[in-house]
Amino acid sequence: MADLTLTVDGKKIAAPAGTLLIEACKNVGIEVPSFCYYPNLSLQGACRMCLVKVEKMPKLQTACTTVVGEGMVVTSDSDEIRQARKSMVEMLLGNHPLDCPVCDAGGECELQDMTFSYGAAESKFMEAKNHKDEQQWSPVVFFDRPRCILCYRCVRVCGEAMDVWALGVQNRGVSSVIAPNKQDHLECEECGMCIDICPVGALTSGAYRYKTRPWEMKHVGTICTHCGDGCKTTLGVRRSDTGMEIVRGDNRDKSGTNSDFLCIKGRYGFDFANHEYRLTQPLIRKDGKLSPATWEEAFELIGKKFAEVRDRDGGQAIGVIGSTRTTNEESYLLSKFARLVLKTNNVDHHSTADFPAFAAALRDKPEATASMADVFAAPAILLIGNDPTEQHPLLAYQIRNNVRLHRSRLYVVNSRPIKLRRQATVFAQVSEDNGEAAFVDFLSKNNPAPEPLGMSGTTTGVLEKLRETLRSVKDLLVVFGSEIQGISVTSLIAALPQAKFICLADYANSRGAADMGLYPDLLPGYHAIAGRSPLHEEWGVPDTAGLPTSEMFTAAKENKLKALYVVGSNPIGRLNLNPFGFSKAFLVVQDMFLTETAAIADVVLPAANAYEKTGTFTNTCGDLQLVKKAGDVSGTKADFEVIVRIADAMGFDIKKLIPFGGGMHADMGQSRGAQSGEADRHAVWLEMHGLEPKLSPLDPMAILDEIQRLVPGYDVSRMNLLAGNSEHTRLDKTGAAVPQQPGPILPANDTLFTSGTLGRYSRALNSVIEAHEIKPAEVAAD
Amino acid sequence: MADLVSHPDEVRVVSRRFGQGAASLERYLELDGYKAVQKALAMEPDAIINEVKNSALRGRGGAGFSTGMKWSFVPKQSAKPKYVLCNGDESEPGTCKDRLIFEHDPHAVIEGVIIAGLAVGATSGYIYIRGEYRYLSVIMQKAIRDAYAKGFLGKNIFGSGRDFEVYWHGGAGAYEVGEESALMESLEGKRGIPRIRPPFPAVVGLWGGPTVINNAETLASVPHIILGGADWYAKLGPPKNGGTRLFCLSGNLAKPGVYELPMGYSLKKMIYEVGGGIPDGRELKAVVPGGSSTPCLTSDEIDINMDFDSVAKAGSMLGSGGVVVVDDAQCIVKFALRTMKFYQHESCGWCIPCREGTDWLKKTLQRFHAGGGLKKDIDNMYYLSENMLGRTFCPLGDAAAMPTMGFIKKFRQEFEDHLDGRPCPYQKEGAIEQLPVMA
Amino acid sequence: MKFSDEFEQRFAEMVPHYPTKRSALVPTLLYAQDEVGFLSDDVIAEIAARLDLTELEVRNVISYYSMLTTKPRGKFNVQVCTNISCMVRGGEEILHHCATKLGIGHKHTTADGLFTLEEVECIGACSWAPAAQVNYDFHENLTPEKMDGILDNYKKKAMQ
Repeated sequence: MADLTLTVDGKKIAAPAGTLLIEACKNVGIEVPSFCYYPNLSLQGACRMCLVKVEKMPKLQTACTTVVGEGMVVTSDSDEIRQARKSMVEMLLGNHPLDCPVCDAGGECELQDMTFSYGAAESKFMEAKNHKDEQQWSPVVFFDRPRCILCYRCVRVCGEAMDVWALGVQNRGVSSVIAPNKQDHLECEECGMCIDICPVGALTSGAYRYKTRPWEMKHVGTICTHCGDGCKTTLGVRRSDTGMEIVRGDNRDKSGTNSDFLCIKGRYGFDFANHEYRLTQPLIRKDGKLSPATWEEAFELIGKKFAEVRDRDGGQAIGVIGSTRTTNEESYLLSKFARLVLKTNNVDHHSTADFPAFAAALRDKPEATASMADVFAAPAILLIGNDPTEQHPLLAYQIRNNVRLHRSRLYVVNSRPIKLRRQATVFAQVSEDNGEAAFVDFLSKNNPAPEPLGMSGTTTGVLEKLRETLRSVKDLLVVFGSEIQGISVTSLIAALPQAKFICLADYANSRGAADMGLYPDLLPGYHAIAGRSPLHEEWGVPDTAGLPTSEMFTAAKENKLKALYVVGSNPIGRLNLNPFGFSKAFLVVQDMFLTETAAIADVVLPAANAYEKTGTFTNTCGDLQLVKKAGDVSGTKADFEVIVRIADAMGFDIKKLIPFGGGMHADMGQSRGAQSGEADRHAVWLEMHGLEPKLSPLDPMAILDEIQRLVPGYDVSRMNLLAGNSEHTRLDKTGAAVPQQPGPILPANDTLFTSGTLGRYSRALNSVIEAHEIKPAEVAAD
Repeated sequence: MADLVSHPDEVRVVSRRFGQGAASLERYLELDGYKAVQKALAMEPDAIINEVKNSALRGRGGAGFSTGMKWSFVPKQSAKPKYVLCNGDESEPGTCKDRLIFEHDPHAVIEGVIIAGLAVGATSGYIYIRGEYRYLSVIMQKAIRDAYAKGFLGKNIFGSGRDFEVYWHGGAGAYEVGEESALMESLEGKRGIPRIRPPFPAVVGLWGGPTVINNAETLASVPHIILGGADWYAKLGPPKNGGTRLFCLSGNLAKPGVYELPMGYSLKKMIYEVGGGIPDGRELKAVVPGGSSTPCLTSDEIDINMDFDSVAKAGSMLGSGGVVVVDDAQCIVKFALRTMKFYQHESCGWCIPCREGTDWLKKTLQRFHAGGGLKKDIDNMYYLSENMLGRTFCPLGDAAAMPTMGFIKKFRQEFEDHLDGRPCPYQKEGAIEQLPVMA
Repeated sequence: MKFSDEFEQRFAEMVPHYPTKRSALVPTLLYAQDEVGFLSDDVIAEIAARLDLTELEVRNVISYYSMLTTKPRGKFNVQVCTNISCMVRGGEEILHHCATKLGIGHKHTTADGLFTLEEVECIGACSWAPAAQVNYDFHENLTPEKMDGILDNYKKKAMQ
């Protein structure tokens, strides 16, 4: 549609028909203040802050409810308008407590800002303020009624955006109050969106309240370490006795694909970092007991033992199990370390999705993967299996709001009545006995729907019509869970040649672990061990495929596997293995906590978590994002450094492992003084072009260079990546090899409130689980 | 139940059948009932609208908008069903006229609803009656049942081949619901929060369909216009102010009551002749001409005609026809306080200026009347009212601000008489010290 | 939750009058309250289920309307209007008189559970002021003496 022209403050501006005046103004840099207006939520017209003068209208008009018109003449700032805004603030402050010095929002409060911009310096109000006591609605949500300015953002975000509808408005007039769904408490998804969206300190977080003043924090926008969706979370950090403590998680940095969204884990699930059981010094088993040791002692011992086994029994006597929560750089480095230094292909990780099959099916299909951003835009979505509301909260949010805001059509095929059926155009409930895979089989053929496939009112007619629709719908996005593996993945992709696909994996860097080749028979980029690739040439790889986790266990029992290096993984706990099976092998475990696996190790190394390091994560869609160091707990080390130090202790030439020391000659400049800015800008430019000096072998950016060069699909814009954007990696040029004996794919089965080991050590998550009386999974996974 | 009164100056149109048992359908038919709708059934929709337009009938709820014009805004074609909604949520303090219509002439309302439906192409109508008027709901429900039984409602009404449904709907206590968009929300089973406009109800109304919303008295006037003709009706009042009006005379009068007088009738005569003047040898201090939301007039300002335009010219509004007379024994500050207490209690709370403004004003007036006032409070209250005016989400904010500004402007001295800790000059001997404060 | 046949008949008749179920909410709540005395948790749960609403939605609506209550009230709810037309004719005196006679204040209930007193906004009896409603019955042109008689009559009615 052609743009309309209108005049705002004497300036001619253009905006598409249907644009709200407040948005049209914002787009040209004219700020119209508001409390209740919030993009993508329903209009309220309640706060009256956005009043502007529209010519030919007798009264001031609310810019948030006025649609632009051709030739409209608008004044956004005048004495009358400023007076109107000033009086709104005055009236609001009438009953608003002035407890700003202790209010969590003090210093980052929209009412404070508005008062500063428009409010009066004098106070006319002399009456007693209405008061109500503060209430705790859930372990993480507190409500301070007098501070509420009734903008209804919380009510709308909870209902419209989250489809939870746990908040309402009760009473009327000045007694109006936001109310939770269970009278005195909330029963909800505990996402905390209501808290983040609150313009004042009415809704506060149980995890953060009264902890610090906002200006005492530094804010770091990084990627959430919980599920595989890759939300950006802004961590507020503060100096503590042991380094930098994370005191808050929120999404004030709305630059991620999650924009306004964060779930409970992204918002509150950072406190495992400071759990009392966190390991902060290496442990070495002496006389059967794990005893504190120095890092140097640990490296020396590991280096000696690993080299000894390799040189005596060969690389095949050593196993490596990687992590789904370490960075790409760490996984890549681990993969490389195993092959080059340990000379073994016994490499594996906990797979929660069949990415090798996925990559193989997408070979030479350049446009067939979708990013998380696409989920919000696709005109039609097919969701097979999984329960995104629980397991992929952002994905669920994107789908839900795509349906709400863009009227996207959603087709859900699931064996359970998952919550997203509420947004579905068609919900086909299928048999619990591998119904999702059976549906894919049915979809890929032309036979009538088999009788036992449809459940709970899903007739064969419904299924056949759905098949017909799916085949004809354009721009279809297909999202599938771990119910679809192996041949089903191939069939699905072949059945819908017009579609784009997302394969759901469960952990923050599950996709990265797969892409970086933590497989016994695949290298980074899904290149077969037995095949050829530039990687083979650069690395020099042992010839025969290695063992998957389960076989490493058998080999250890048979005393064929003599050393095992476990990085950020808990196979004993996850696979419920007999811990004595590893008793003969030299076991090194790197983790944050003394997991079931760490407890039986010979050496335990205290690892930093993803919030304490730099690198990149690839989310389940293949979107590559930068992970930035926010917190810091002294005594721990990033897995990256630990791997490098072990290689060094084994006497390996580090330059062959890490391509550091390259790049241009760097002007390190001054960090202070008149010229400092100049030098900083120079450094930023270098970094953006992948030319950073990389002076240290501990700089993960050096490995990122190699990943970008050698892993197909990762040759994305470094500039965009470093600017904090997500870059979609493609799977059409990978090695496309699939494992000959694929290991099991075990979904994490985390709920909205659990997150494997991280969740076990998160007080915030546990308090919510207790409040909801939900039993966490019997065996916590990684 | 409520007593009826009469005065020779009355011109009985809407109240023609009051006291004659017309709630019974048989009696209503004897008194020319359901003749207008049969006439309208033979008319083109546009002809009905024109007739109402030409009658100069203006909305009796308070805004005084041309009824015919309002009907003409309803689109001819609509994918969604159209509706007629009768606003019987009479709640404006000083107003008690619709109550008499529902009690004495319920079929006239039903007939008006059908005619409005014929004019705009709606096939169903709702009659919303405030919850407190339970006995009237009983009367109205019976009237609707009787009309269905006779074939005046339902399928093929009056054998015309056309269908029309009328339903009763009850409120549960909320002044704000008298605002037309809040009324629709309430009818849809929600909190009575007004809607953002545009779109206006005539385009997007009940359940998204085009909706005509008229006050009960307005709709009850329509059958008389159709039968008597637009010219006859228009000429009952001055130009552009057609017909008669039910004036609810209340307050300090010898003969309060609901009188039907021609539009443009003298306010002075209304007080001193129709209403029997001020009793107990008291003098007139002020009169609220059209319900509590209209600015008061002083005893010097009553020489005006009671039609929409003349009262507007005098700086107030004809409003809902509630004429509240205040004698010189009354305290204006207290009157202002009671008025504000009402708006504070009835504000829906949606927008800042109304929610907070009414609360602030009530608190200040309370303190002020109790003797704790400061001189700057007077200006402050005026400032607050001024800043509410025209800036609220719906007209309730104006309804609270306008009378307050009027009281302060016209009775400033009386406010100043309360200053310096002096007791209220109008406090009666042994008066109640503290009234219960509404929660 | 069991309602009377009369309620059920009314409810069944009313719901089809509207294109959406929830439209019947406000009158349904009032009729339920008339029957039960107040809107108890059970009543709210029942009505929410019948109209496909959450209990929260029902509570949001209840708390908006001043006639609806979630707290038990006396058998007779004495609602005295003190708005302008009544006030200038002695409405406050009537309220005060009731308060003294019944020994209770605004929104309080007598110990015997017979009377609840409430100061209310305009009830549409301006021309017959001062006025009060006891439950749904109007009492107009009141004087303190007349009010005594009215309250005594209700008390007698309750004794029968």
